[in-house]
Amino acid sequence: MPDDTTVIESTVLTTGLSRKPEVGAGRDQPDTPETADPVFSLQDLSFHYGSYRALRNVTMDIWPREITALIGPSGCGKSTLLRCFNRMNDLIPGTRLEGRITFHGEDLYHPKVDPIEVRRRIGMVFQKPNPFPKSIYDNVAFGPKVNGFPRSELKDLVEESLQRAALWDEVKDKLKQNAFSLSGGQQQRLCIARAIAVKPSVILMDEPCSALDPIATIRIEELLSELKNTYTIIVVTHNMQQAARVSDRTAFMTAEVDDKGVRCGVLVEYDRTDRIFTTPRDKRTDDYITGRFG
Amino acid sequence: MSAHASPGTPAPPASSLLASSIAPGRRFRNRLATSLVFLTVAVAAIPLLLLIAYVVQRGGPAISSKFLTKPIPPPLRKGPGMGPAIVGTLVITFWATVIAVPLGILGAIYVTEYGAGNHLARVIRFMSDVMAGVPSIVMGLFIFTAFTLKTHKLTGLGGSLALACLMLPIVIRSTESMLALVPRELREASYALGTTKSRTVLTVVMPAALPGITSGCLLAIARAAGETAPLLFTIGALQSRSNWNAFKGSNTTLSAQIFVNASQPFAGAQQRAWGAALTLIVMVLVLTVVARIVSSRLTVKAP
Repeated sequence: MPDDTTVIESTVLTTGLSRKPEVGAGRDQPDTPETADPVFSLQDLSFHYGSYRALRNVTMDIWPREITALIGPSGCGKSTLLRCFNRMNDLIPGTRLEGRITFHGEDLYHPKVDPIEVRRRIGMVFQKPNPFPKSIYDNVAFGPKVNGFPRSELKDLVEESLQRAALWDEVKDKLKQNAFSLSGGQQQRLCIARAIAVKPSVILMDEPCSALDPIATIRIEELLSELKNTYTIIVVTHNMQQAARVSDRTAFMTAEVDDKGVRCGVLVEYDRTDRIFTTPRDKRTDDYITGRFG
Repeated sequence: MSAHASPGTPAPPASSLLASSIAPGRRFRNRLATSLVFLTVAVAAIPLLLLIAYVVQRGGPAISSKFLTKPIPPPLRKGPGMGPAIVGTLVITFWATVIAVPLGILGAIYVTEYGAGNHLARVIRFMSDVMAGVPSIVMGLFIFTAFTLKTHKLTGLGGSLALACLMLPIVIRSTESMLALVPRELREASYALGTTKSRTVLTVVMPAALPGITSGCLLAIARAAGETAPLLFTIGALQSRSNWNAFKGSNTTLSAQIFVNASQPFAGAQQRAWGAALTLIVMVLVLTVVARIVSSRLTVKAP
């Protein structure tokens, strides 16, 4: 028996690793859907924590039903940028945003826009799996319940969400069990199911695999490619191979240091993933992806 | 340990990992520190054990079903009877809890969840710290002048108000620290699903903090149940018949009866004081144990 499992695991591992050579190896990229309207459009976005400026002049468009990866060294503002998309930064006192983000053409930071509604339509998955200390079922049902989803259809919605997050088969017999009884990878998929359950159109992911082992990581990545058919996904990752494996577009960010030694995050280059990883235009991108950074 | 390692040379080979090679002085200091720690624990526990043993020895013989239910006899007379004091302790502590716990929890929610960093929250936090340091007899005097002198009546409610004032800062402080322990990730997870703040506090933050809040409140209750000084002014501690009504008529409590009876020169009264002391200790112990059980039941195992 133990032999069997080892074989299975190693197969999974090889499949995962074997994808690496595919990086930019003439992958068939879907043609750029620039004819469609962008989901998000950022113009000269700057972000401040109090008097400290964390992001400067980010301009980019996010396209529907694609995976956009944000990569870059620690402290370059990837997570800060990600949290601008669903106004999560509003929860931190003393933060300020300059410039403009539109969501389907609508100004996301307009005073009349309700951040609660924004977060309902733009879901988020965090770095560390953070299920509520409730049952598996209640974790997924929480969002729909809070948003007034009819209780009679709740059971089906929970099942559907867990199916989509590729977790249903593993948990269908123990929905009443505590979410903490799941493994880290399962917890993260539960968090994805929880995010899906409120039917967002966008899912933001902040290093969703950094706390997971390679096998769980591969499962999440497979799931991402699956979810891409329905959702627009923006994923922050430290793992360049991951960005290369799963994303359609990649934004490379870095921290610039000014004359006074103050660091500030900037967007260096944003393009189709195959181009970023094969023919980057900026030297800093090239240095980073080839490991010559710093 | 022949070769002295000069800076830059690698660590000595594995044999030096054996315990025998640890410098004897270091091992001695380690043992000394360990024994000192044990000693301090023992010293701290001895008074407690002696106290319990003594109260059980002196008060134990007084305990009987009659003692727990009968009216309190006059000091001169021998015989059992502490029923009214048990009733009074329960009634007065109950109303104090009803007043202090909701107020304290709501106050703590405001301070941690809504007022984070604002001026009012800072003032509330500071005032509750000051309140925690006010001697209980001063709190009793305050209620005496502010309530009892205004109503011209000694009632259980006066005592409840005084005890509530003593409980309030404990409840606020313990609730506050429990709410602060709820991880930020949990709140963010809730907000990210399009949840309002009040909903997040009610359905995510409070359930996560509940075990700690419960045990904090029960400890505040246990503390209040044993208070004497603030009750002497406010409830008319000499009542000798059971009074379940906190709003009408004077009342008495176990702590007040210990004070009154122990200061009498009569053997019967002193016997009753010991019995009351034991009863009170058992009641507080039961409450503390309940607090422990409740908080461990409610605790959801974290990963």
